[in-house]
Order: sequence, then structure tokens, then C-alpha cells
Amino acid sequence: MVDHLLTAALAWFNVWKPYIFTAVTTLIILLGLVIVAAWMIWLERRLLGLWQDRYGPNRVGPLGLGQVIADMIKIFFKEDWLPPFVDKPTFVLAPAIAMSMMLLGFAVIPLSATLGVADLNIGLLFFLAIAGLSVYAVMLGGWSSNSKYSLLGGVRSTAQTISYEVFMGIALMGVVMQTGSFSLRDIVNAQQGSSFGFIPHWNMFSQVLGLIVWVPAALAVTHRTPFDLPEAESELVQGYHTEYSGMKFGMFMVSEYVGIVMVSALTTTLFFGGWLGPFVDRLPWLGFFWFAGKTFLFMASYILVRASLPRPRYDQIMAAGWKFCLPVALLNMVVTGALVLWKAGV
Amino acid sequence: MDICFYIAAGVALISTLLVITGTNPVHALLNLVVSLLAVAMIFFTLGAPFAGMLEIIVYAGAIMVLFIFVVMMLNLGEAVIRQEKQWLTPRAWIGPMLLSLLLLGELVSVLAGVGSHAAGIGEIGPKQVGAALYGPYLLAVELASMLLLGALVAAYHLGKHE
Repeated sequence: MVDHLLTAALAWFNVWKPYIFTAVTTLIILLGLVIVAAWMIWLERRLLGLWQDRYGPNRVGPLGLGQVIADMIKIFFKEDWLPPFVDKPTFVLAPAIAMSMMLLGFAVIPLSATLGVADLNIGLLFFLAIAGLSVYAVMLGGWSSNSKYSLLGGVRSTAQTISYEVFMGIALMGVVMQTGSFSLRDIVNAQQGSSFGFIPHWNMFSQVLGLIVWVPAALAVTHRTPFDLPEAESELVQGYHTEYSGMKFGMFMVSEYVGIVMVSALTTTLFFGGWLGPFVDRLPWLGFFWFAGKTFLFMASYILVRASLPRPRYDQIMAAGWKFCLPVALLNMVVTGALVLWKAGV
Repeated sequence: MDICFYIAAGVALISTLLVITGTNPVHALLNLVVSLLAVAMIFFTLGAPFAGMLEIIVYAGAIMVLFIFVVMMLNLGEAVIRQEKQWLTPRAWIGPMLLSLLLLGELVSVLAGVGSHAAGIGEIGPKQVGAALYGPYLLAVELASMLLLGALVAAYHLGKHE
């Protein structure tokens, strides 16, 4: 009887094994992403402290690492308050969109040669779609709050994100043309090998112009300083999330950091060889650590940018986008296309 | 895949109905976004992931954003909702109903005449779409791009300050 049940259970397990395996890896990656994003708040405060000659949070736990937990407990126990003048359904929906879109975007990023949630053959387009949809979070948050500062923040964010997405897409097409695929795994695999034994074939060398446009566009999409006009506290109180508090504000905040992790991971994947690095061919598990290390470097550079650059005026940001980034992105696309055709001998 | 298709089709139908019957403009537009996402899902189930992604990027991610942007700026309030409720009388349904009945009849006759095609036999990726656009449809693409350039120049002219 027990034997019977055991064989039945084993047979069932064998059928569902791939699904269970995928579900468990997905859960682990998701949880890991949220935890990394939450601890980035600590990292940002510590690094900003370091660069501004002060300590930052260093009381809770070793090195202040427990600060995030303390903040989370506090934010969980805050009253989940809805201001009476807001448009309720959209007000509640906005932070959920922010969080879910940023988490979804991570699904297509390959963490190592074998690790990753989904291996879409149009992975890069999936990211662009997610970036497009995440505008709704800020926009709806700004509109539903029924306050002029929030609305101004939402309007700014929409205009900024829509414009920067245009040339972000065009800049990334250079990478796609070189690889001949939208799949992020293929894009990493195409960056294998090196010249003279030490210069890797990363896209950062062949797609310099693409990288130059991608970096500000990525900053703009995640609303980070110096592109944080939607929440410029000197003019707009707190911008689109002025009326938010408690857990809903927490979701906006964490989603911003998830966005930073996602965009850093994409920078690594698209321009810096993803999981590729020395000794990966002999020790495949090293791939994940190369990927994580590079991503961490870009996350830290995000914070350095915040620590060192002031916030420009709104019209300056838009002018820089349309008058500098767009022509450079178009030039990059034309030149890359010509080179690809020349190499193919057409 | 079949069940995905029917779920997506159901979502598209319900959300589109809500667009028409909704009185709050922003909520109606959000329902339209959901409807577009459902249509993108249908493209996926039919084996056209590239078309589905473009549907999300272009329609849901750009065009609808601009629509909502404009509606947001208009600052429509309670008055508009009341006006919408006044306009949406049973009599207003008659004309559109007749037109859609005509379309429904056409659809039924087409479906009855042709028999059933198996949709989505192969997957149509970016490469096939590009080859088709710049092969047999090159002239249409060029014409469309000229039209868009014309619109761009016109918009620039209208927006120029003296």
C-alpha cells in the first residue's frame, strides 16, 4: 500500500518536476530581487554618508544592516490611510502597478548560463513594453491624488518617460542588430571571446554611442537623480506620491529600487557581457557571481551619480533628450546597420 | 493555449464593454488599456509574439499614455460624469447597435462560408515581420513614413512660438 502510494507520488513528481523546478527558481529569484532592492536603501544611505563625510545609518545591527528591517516593521504598522479626496480605485492601483511592472521586467534577464526565469526570444521587447506600462503607475498616482503637486509630478514623469523611451528603444536596436536577436541570452552569448587575450568582446566597445544614450535613458525611466523631476522636493513637495503614506508609499519606494536593480542588470547584460568573465568556461557557477558583481557596480554608480550631480531644470532635461540623445541614437543605428551589412557582404 | 485564448478574448470583451458604458473618462481609458493588453495576449496565443509586443509598446505604452495625459490635463470632474450619464440613454444605443449587427451578420456569413482555419500554425517572429514589411510592402511603409514626417512637420509648425 505504502509502496504503491510512493511510486504514484514519484511518478507524479517526475511529470511535474520541470514545472516545480521553474516555479521554485522563479520564487527564489523574485524574493532575492526584492531583498536586494530593500537592502539597496541601506546601501544608498551608507554610501551617500560616506561620500558626504558622515556615517549614515549605523546603529541597528552590524554596520546598520538592520535598519531596513526596522523601517519595514514601522511602515507595516502604519495606518493604511486613504485621503478622502482621492479617486480610490486608481489610487490603490498605482503602487501595485509600480511594483508588479518592475518585478515582471526582471523575468527576462538571464542571471547565468543556465539560471533565469523566462527565456523569451523577444526578451528586449518585453523589457521595453514593461518600461512603457510602468508609466501608468506614476501617472495614475499623480492624477488620482487630486492635488496639484501630485498632478504636476505625474505630468512631468509622463512626458519625460515617453520621450526617453523613444531613443532608449532606438539606442538598443544597435545591440539587437549586431546580435541578430531580441533574446537577452543570445545577446550575452554573442559577446563571448576577446581580442589580444584581454579586451573582451563586450558591446560597450562596439556600441559606445548606444551606451552613451542608454545610461541617461535608464536614469530617466527609473526617475533617479538627476532625472527625478517628477518628485523634485524643492518644487513639488514629493511629486506624484505626495498624498501617499504607509505601505502604499513603501511600494513606490521599493519599486524604485527594484527598477535600479533591473536597469543595472540590463546594463550588464546588454553592454558588459552578462555572466561572462574569466574562468566561466571551466567553472560555470562563477557566471552568476560575475553577473552579480557587475550589476552591483552599476547599482553603486547610480548612487554615486545621485551623490554628485545636481538636478537640472525640466526644459533642460527635455532639450538634452530630443536635441542630443535622439540624434546620437539615430546615428548609432545607421552606422551599426551599415557595418552589419558590410560585414555580411551585401 | 486554447484556454488562454478564450480567457483573453473574454477579458477583451468585458473591458471594451466597460469602456463604452463607463462614465469616468480616466477609468474608461484604463479599461481600454486592459482591452489592448488582452488583444496582445490573443496575438501571443495565435503565434505572433512580435505583433503582441508591438501592440503593448505602441498602443498600451505610448498612444494610450498620451490619451490619458490629455484627459488628465483637462481636469474633468463630477460635471462630466453627470453629462456622460445624461448622454448614455437607451436611445443612443440604437444607431451603433444596428451598425454592429450588420458587422456581426457579415462575420457569421464569412465564418459559415470559409470553414475553420487553424490559426497560428507557425510562429511569426520579428524577422518574418521585417522581411514582409521591407519586401512586398515596401511602398506602403515608405508612404506611411512620409505621411508621419508630414504630420511631424505640421505639429512642429503648430507648436512654434512667434
